[in-house]
Amino acid sequence: MQEASIRVPLIIGNKSYTQLSDDICRPVEGKANKYWWMAFIISFLALLWGVASLSYTVGTGIGSWGLNKTVGWAWDITNFVWWIGIGHAGTLISAILLLFRQRWRMSINRSAEAMTIFAVICAALFPVFHMGRVWLAYWVLPLPNQFGSLWPNFNSPLLWDVFAISTYFSVSLVFWYLGLIPDLATIRDRAARANNKMRNTIYGILSFGWKGSARDWSRFEEVALVLAGLSTPLVLSVHTIVSMDFATSVIPGWHTTIFPPYFVAGAIFSGFAMVLTLMLIARKVLNLEDYINVEHVEAMNKIIILTGSIVGIAYITEFFIAWYSGVEYEAYAFINRATGPYWWAYWSMMTCNVITPQLFWFRGIRRSMVATFIISIFVNIGMWFERFVIIVTSLHRDYLTSSWTMYHPTFIEVGIFIGTLGLFFTCFLIFSRVFPVIALSELKSVLKAIRENGSSNGGHHE
Amino acid sequence: MEKKYWKGLDELKGDVEFVEKANNEFPEEIPVDEVFSRKSEQPATPRRDFLKFMGFSLATATLASCEAPVRKTIPYLIRPEEIVPGVANWYASTFSDGNDYCSIVVKTREGRPIKIEGNKRSSVTRGGVNARVQASVLSLYDSARLQGPLAGGAPSSWQEVDGKIKEKLQAIAAKNGNIRILSSTIISPSTNKVIADFTSKYPSAKHITYDAVSYSAIIKANQASFGKAVIPSYKFDKAETIVSFAADFLNSWISPVEFANQYVQNRKLRGKKTMSRHIQYESSLSLTGSNADKRIQVKPSEQGIALLNLYNRLAAFAGASTVKDKPVRFIKSIEDTAQLLWKNKGKALVVCGVNDIYSQIIVNAVNKLLDSYGNTIDIENPCCLKQGNDADLAKLMEEIKAGEVSALITYNTNPVYTLPGAEEFKTALQKKVELKISFADRADETAALADFVCPDHHYLEAWNDAEPAKGHYSLAQPAIRPLFKTRAAQESLLKWAGVEMDYHNYIQDYWKANLFNTQSKYTLFETFWTDSLQNGVFDSSMAPAAAKEKETPENKKNKSKNKAHRNSQESGSENIKIDLEAASEGILRNSSDKNGDWELVLYEKAGLGNGSQANNPWLQELPDPVSKVTWDNYVTMSPADMRGKYNLLERGDNTGDVITLTLGNTTVKAPVYPQPGQMPGTIGLALGYGRTKTGKVANNVGVNAFPFVQWRNETFQYTAGNVSIGATADKHEFAATQTHHTMMGRALVKETTLSEYIKDPKAGNEEELFVYTSGKESSKKKSEELNLWDTHEKPVHRWGMVIDLNSCIGCGACVIGCQAENNVPVVGKDEVMRSREMHWIRIDRYYSSDMNAEKGKEEGKGSMQTLREMESPSDNPEVVFQPVMCQHCNHAPCETVCPVLATTHSSEGMNQMIYNRCVGTRYCANNCPYKVRRFNWFKYSDNKQFDYNMNDNLGKMVLNPDVVVRSRGVMEKCSLCVQRIQEGKLNAKKENRKVKDGDIQTACAQSCPTNAIVFGDYNDPASEIGEVAKDERCYHLLGEIDTQPNIYYQTKVRNTPEEKA
Repeated sequence: MQEASIRVPLIIGNKSYTQLSDDICRPVEGKANKYWWMAFIISFLALLWGVASLSYTVGTGIGSWGLNKTVGWAWDITNFVWWIGIGHAGTLISAILLLFRQRWRMSINRSAEAMTIFAVICAALFPVFHMGRVWLAYWVLPLPNQFGSLWPNFNSPLLWDVFAISTYFSVSLVFWYLGLIPDLATIRDRAARANNKMRNTIYGILSFGWKGSARDWSRFEEVALVLAGLSTPLVLSVHTIVSMDFATSVIPGWHTTIFPPYFVAGAIFSGFAMVLTLMLIARKVLNLEDYINVEHVEAMNKIIILTGSIVGIAYITEFFIAWYSGVEYEAYAFINRATGPYWWAYWSMMTCNVITPQLFWFRGIRRSMVATFIISIFVNIGMWFERFVIIVTSLHRDYLTSSWTMYHPTFIEVGIFIGTLGLFFTCFLIFSRVFPVIALSELKSVLKAIRENGSSNGGHHE
Repeated sequence: MEKKYWKGLDELKGDVEFVEKANNEFPEEIPVDEVFSRKSEQPATPRRDFLKFMGFSLATATLASCEAPVRKTIPYLIRPEEIVPGVANWYASTFSDGNDYCSIVVKTREGRPIKIEGNKRSSVTRGGVNARVQASVLSLYDSARLQGPLAGGAPSSWQEVDGKIKEKLQAIAAKNGNIRILSSTIISPSTNKVIADFTSKYPSAKHITYDAVSYSAIIKANQASFGKAVIPSYKFDKAETIVSFAADFLNSWISPVEFANQYVQNRKLRGKKTMSRHIQYESSLSLTGSNADKRIQVKPSEQGIALLNLYNRLAAFAGASTVKDKPVRFIKSIEDTAQLLWKNKGKALVVCGVNDIYSQIIVNAVNKLLDSYGNTIDIENPCCLKQGNDADLAKLMEEIKAGEVSALITYNTNPVYTLPGAEEFKTALQKKVELKISFADRADETAALADFVCPDHHYLEAWNDAEPAKGHYSLAQPAIRPLFKTRAAQESLLKWAGVEMDYHNYIQDYWKANLFNTQSKYTLFETFWTDSLQNGVFDSSMAPAAAKEKETPENKKNKSKNKAHRNSQESGSENIKIDLEAASEGILRNSSDKNGDWELVLYEKAGLGNGSQANNPWLQELPDPVSKVTWDNYVTMSPADMRGKYNLLERGDNTGDVITLTLGNTTVKAPVYPQPGQMPGTIGLALGYGRTKTGKVANNVGVNAFPFVQWRNETFQYTAGNVSIGATADKHEFAATQTHHTMMGRALVKETTLSEYIKDPKAGNEEELFVYTSGKESSKKKSEELNLWDTHEKPVHRWGMVIDLNSCIGCGACVIGCQAENNVPVVGKDEVMRSREMHWIRIDRYYSSDMNAEKGKEEGKGSMQTLREMESPSDNPEVVFQPVMCQHCNHAPCETVCPVLATTHSSEGMNQMIYNRCVGTRYCANNCPYKVRRFNWFKYSDNKQFDYNMNDNLGKMVLNPDVVVRSRGVMEKCSLCVQRIQEGKLNAKKENRKVKDGDIQTACAQSCPTNAIVFGDYNDPASEIGEVAKDERCYHLLGEIDTQPNIYYQTKVRNTPEEKA
């Protein structure tokens, strides 16, 4: 496929196919550097902390968290929605951008999809472990049983979540693995050449006997397209359903019809922020600066401006509707968000989510790695606060003023959150050492286009 | 011929081998030898199999040992005649602890008392009970109770103790040493006779009555005014205007259960459109003050002057002579009050809660002018509940200090804890009293010093009788055999007096001799006794014969005085006037000598009262009806006084400041809590806390306020001037169940005034209509008509409750009733602090705010500013109470969101919680607009973190076997007492009839002393609830969100004359 010659190349440094393979397979084939080990140890410790906190919770009860009679969900579901949201970028990149034939996605889609998988795992922990009797969690599944047959409540949005998330997870996992197959085969072949028997065997199994024949490729692309088609509605549906946990309730501040689109935009927003955070670190640590470069970052930043602005508009719309509806409870819920005891959470959210992304209108900031990194962190924090604001500030002061109360987190809850961060990064770090973090085979297709136009554009890049 | 069955064809055929095998237990030989012998190289069972078997055995043995702990249920081998397992027995009895009195019925299951309910046959308490009486059943199972007598602090036997005591008493009697029996008020005539028997045996013995919270000024004042040393019976139901000067008659004053019931008779608007008007003058915001139509804040030092002014205004109307007074700040209110009282002459009642003889004399004079005697006050049939005589006690203390008392027997009193200057008393007691005997049920502050502790039975284990008011008698009977080796105090006294008789027979004899002859209904004593026992009460129209006979010189003197007094009344009120001048001078003198920085008011809380039942975790966790704070007492201070100095605990903050409180030599450290309605310049502190030796639950909870009690003019004063306070750097965390106090302009409790209500019965409860547009048509509809959901069919019953906010006084009896009925766990202070109390029913208390939406607009304030200011209550707010439990919505938000269908709707209108199915997502609690769902954050039973009654085997005896103890991680909430509904339906079914209205009562409705809660079946055309639900005042809480609850509330109507909406 021909690239327009005015387009800037997506890979810089005039790479050959061999170089490309070498660069991308290096982390898998070589030894880890000390940054990787540092990051891994920190992540793993965080994970252990989380395991300890979670065990304590299961051992003693949900009372080890800061929840109370009025605020029945707080960090647990905040973290759940946050993690699910983060996952969305991966699916969007791999599915929707594939359908739109956005080729810059090729440098990041593999990592983004991996991120999706790990984020969904982290997310799924919360609805499971927030249950008072987690050992009965399987009751939410529509399993045949002897209770006369007792089915779950199909009216409950929590049940919809179960279906939405499990579907999402399976499709994402298959899609991700499918994309990995040709690259795994590359590693297998390279291992064969380097006479590394063990690696050859392992990757041989993992690559499912990929031969690289035309038939293989044709099937691969067809399946990829089908899965992309399947995933596309999931990008929209999963967070829509998550938002229905709130939207279908009666709690002022939750009972809002704007939630589905607003949550989807927010999810993509936070997901891209997380992809940026991860990629900006990964390109340094794994020496992939040439493959994930300023063009990719800028493209993602543009999506951040778009989704960030949608989210901002949603916030303002909520306020407008709260006033326009004339419902005193809803009006109060929003005034309370901005001026109540949790005002700091609200204004953290507004600053991080609405104001900071707008800085990306400046080209310099948009193309600055440092600024992008900082802003991506801001957006991550802001989106966490968004969920916290929605969940906690709506609940803590709802209908009957007599039940108004405050919520304060405990070390255990914080520990579990940190544990999921640990889990996420541990998984990601392991992933970066066992699988190619960039879709090698796909990227090769772009490389050719660049090389063909190389002579006219080469001058721009040293 | 004998039939023959074959095991198989082989047997029929007579196969030898088969027959042989069939006769062996193991058809094939077990190759034990082969396995263990090393003879053959290849044994039949190889080593591997052996290891497999070993492994299997080990695994199964291990698994078997993992079994859940075994709990033994022991069946009745020989069933006691009166017990049917699973069916409750009810016994009429009497609660009387020297402070509260209630005629009760005790529910027992398999021989264990598990619940106290009011006895509707009592003409005194009329089926009412308060929180303390309800909770007393848990005190029976208190592990801190003594299990037998103590001698010198060590466990002993009754024989030994009796021997020693008798010996010592006789020795003391021989040298004519003084013996004193100190008790709180004894209303049991038989007990009084026991004491009389004792004193006749030991003539140097004297009985002194002392109440921890004393009312002796009323007795003294009546002695002075009318020559009758009594507390009269008050008839709040006869009064159309009630004026109370610091008398918390709905919560603690004299006989609150009785008064609460009387009070609401004129507050209920069923079938009439009139109600009483209640004006309260007080310093601290009491439960009574929060129910008043008008509340005027006064300082304790102003109370007496206010009374003088009121008297003078009334005297002016009556043309009687006035007394000296002093101007007061609130003279306008006094004038209004006087006018209103005068208008309602004969239907007015003025009461005063100050234990000051002068003030009480003025009150007597006021009531005299208002013709209250004979109308709203009955002095001929006095109330017997408080007979404490402060002067006697003071004399006793002098005697003890002087070493003149040789033996002190304390019964149902704890002077070391409740006396001001207790340290001095304690030293004197230890050093100068030879023999100290206590009947306390535990080694409490006083009993710990005693030489002998002879623990009395808990009242549920004992026989007793009571005379709460003249001519009204009730009986107490044991509902369980004594749990420990305790003995009735009466029996102990009898034994020491040399009378060998059990107290049961003694009471019978007393009744036979003194009460049987005051009635004509029964001819046989046995039937009289059995019926009285079954009814629990006996009202005698005639005075007891014994009393008639007893004509002591003192009585005679009183009588003659009385006569003289009556004569003087007929010729004018000379007699009273003489008293009045002295009283007026006394008041003026007292008011001038207290002008310190702060004036202190001591009060009793609904839960703990005077602290005698402090070790009861239910009561400790019962929120104070007004402040909603649990597990604490604290200094209540006006927010106006606190602003800028102390933390006002706004916006859910619970960390308060600690201050020091100093009066004379007494200094205590206590946290300060903002109390709207507290008169600026005054502070309040609750009695009953700061126990040190009562048990693990209450020891060192709060501070002891009794040291602040003052002695003045022959009586104990529960107020003090000249208190100084000082700041400390300490902080204290409060555990309040409600941390936001205003309604924020929401119509949660709908309110109106009487005049508005008369004009329009729907006042305050105007129908809210919603614009509904369908196509081009636009109409206004009620929220019920705008539905997304299908209606659940309720073909047979539809249970529900109607709660009259006009009758609810907020006392909290229902909370304890529900807790006892439904095995609601106690969670402790820490958990309440985290807003995790488990009560299924709560009483929301709202204060009015100075700010409202209209006012904010007028003053040009933004809506955010307005709302912010609406969060703060007024400095002297109006107060409303609203009991809230599960509303049993017909369109329940909780039901749709549960992923596992653990909460569902019944065909009888109830929202049911299925604990077994609950996985604990808490989604239902989040989605409940009423926030009535309670989550089991921890395991609350058998968990040493929650070391209350559900953590010990004794305490667990109180559990209701009809209600499951919930496990960790499940949601729970009000079930509408489904177990009672089920029982009622089954009983009806057994009798082959329909359920009658009134067959079934929920625990809260049953407990309510004011009958504010009506439970019933809406589908029953003859039901009371069906009738009440038609009332225009009925509304649904948060009706606009259309959850269609089965609980209705009725608008609160205030009798405020000015048309203030």
